[in-house]
Amino acid sequence: MSKIQIEQLSKRFVKRDKYIEALKDITLTIKQGEFVCLLGPSGCGKTTLLRILANLEKPSTGDVIINQTDKKKPLQSMVFQENGVIPWLTVEENVAFGLKMRHLSNDFVKERTEYYLQKVGLSKFRRLYPKELSGGMKQRVSIARAFANDPEILLMDEPFAALDEQNKFILQEELLAIWQETRKTVLFITHSIDEALLLSDRILLMSAQPGKIIKDVAIEMNRPRSIEKVRSDPEMTKIFLDIWEQLQSEVKQTRLK
Amino acid sequence: MFKKLKTQSLPQLITISSPIFLLLLWEICSQYALLDPRFFPAPTLILTTLIQMAESGNLFEHIYISLTRIILGFALGVIPAICIGLLMGMYKYFRHFFSPIIMIFMPIPTLAMLPIILILFGIGEFSKMITIAISVFFPVAINTAAGVANIDRIYLDVAKNYHANAKDFFFKIALPGSLPVMLEGIQMGQAIALLTIVAAEMIGATSGIGYLIWMNYKAFLLPQMYVGLILISFFGYFFSLLLRGFERKLLPWK
Repeated sequence: MSKIQIEQLSKRFVKRDKYIEALKDITLTIKQGEFVCLLGPSGCGKTTLLRILANLEKPSTGDVIINQTDKKKPLQSMVFQENGVIPWLTVEENVAFGLKMRHLSNDFVKERTEYYLQKVGLSKFRRLYPKELSGGMKQRVSIARAFANDPEILLMDEPFAALDEQNKFILQEELLAIWQETRKTVLFITHSIDEALLLSDRILLMSAQPGKIIKDVAIEMNRPRSIEKVRSDPEMTKIFLDIWEQLQSEVKQTRLK
Repeated sequence: MFKKLKTQSLPQLITISSPIFLLLLWEICSQYALLDPRFFPAPTLILTTLIQMAESGNLFEHIYISLTRIILGFALGVIPAICIGLLMGMYKYFRHFFSPIIMIFMPIPTLAMLPIILILFGIGEFSKMITIAISVFFPVAINTAAGVANIDRIYLDVAKNYHANAKDFFFKIALPGSLPVMLEGIQMGQAIALLTIVAAEMIGATSGIGYLIWMNYKAFLLPQMYVGLILISFFGYFFSLLLRGFERKLLPWK
């Protein structure tokens, strides 16, 4: 069953009296429960695509349809890049934010917040403010907030880009653990091939500006995965090199322009 | 722990020592007539004068009157300033409407408007409060608007993505997000309120700390005049400490 349908989507910006084509003719379908990584060079418009799905921006042409199975659920929730955690709310209030905004019953909000605080290991830190947290802990808050909101689909905009290697591995595995439990449809933006290989069922490779989908790769490796397994699997290495080459040529193209 | 105590206490020691040093210098210069003691009475003399004035009773009356004017006038200015500032920060039509009005009135010193205020509101207590209210209004309104405008865009996106309605947006995002800059404006307003009340009392009042200073200067009772100056300095410091404490309570997340 298709969960997200994007048809003939394009986006143009006006910048200094010139049109800039950020996205061009994007058509794709994402299945229910799929974990899809959107991979591309920086400035290729992947964040723009995600923001359109998040209803934070409007497409210039084309349509986006998110299939709603439960009228009570919100369509989508986003895990922002760093700093998406609201500094004047405590960890607990941040996780509960989406639920509070939907004015659900207090008991329900409490129970769900509790559950996801536990899931990301932040129960002890519930009363702290974000300034007292490390970068990794802040992103845990952001992830818990999105999952607690229980949306139809989850959108993630390079949530681990600002973290150091070690923390990144830990958070990736934690994310997978939570995801495996809920089986939400996820669209995840990254520029790291390793991250995409570890996390996704499917990798969509985007070209440099104007952003188009130029490659659609299914990742069939069994779950649960770990970074060691991904690194040592010959099939995955082949996919890595393939994508690497393609990305290289995309990046070079932008240099030449 | 011990080391930390040491490194922290040295700057503190220096901070405390500088006013003491100044007072000592003043005392010595005045006692030995290096400064003319008629114009610069020794701090100890000022202190005894302060105690005498406090004992005779009418000092407290002046303080009470000035503080009432400041506090009520301050509230009269700050409350509408916050409301208008928030509206200006949140809605661009409000901003476009109010900013020329603020630009026109802000450069006029409130004291220069005192005659108009007296015509409009009479010579009673209310006109003094209005004078303070007007002088406090501008920095607070401008800072509040700037505070809202400077909220990081990402929090607006978060609010929108999680479907915050207008009321929740106001109370969970706009108000707390603008608070730090708003409080800076209120600090500034507090200092201006003190300046304004003293000057206003010098010009058009028969009571208050400003009046005390001016009358004693005219009567050439300089130690008494200095008492007034010290009171202002004290209250200025006291209010800013009070607001600082208030700020810490309101912004635990900073």
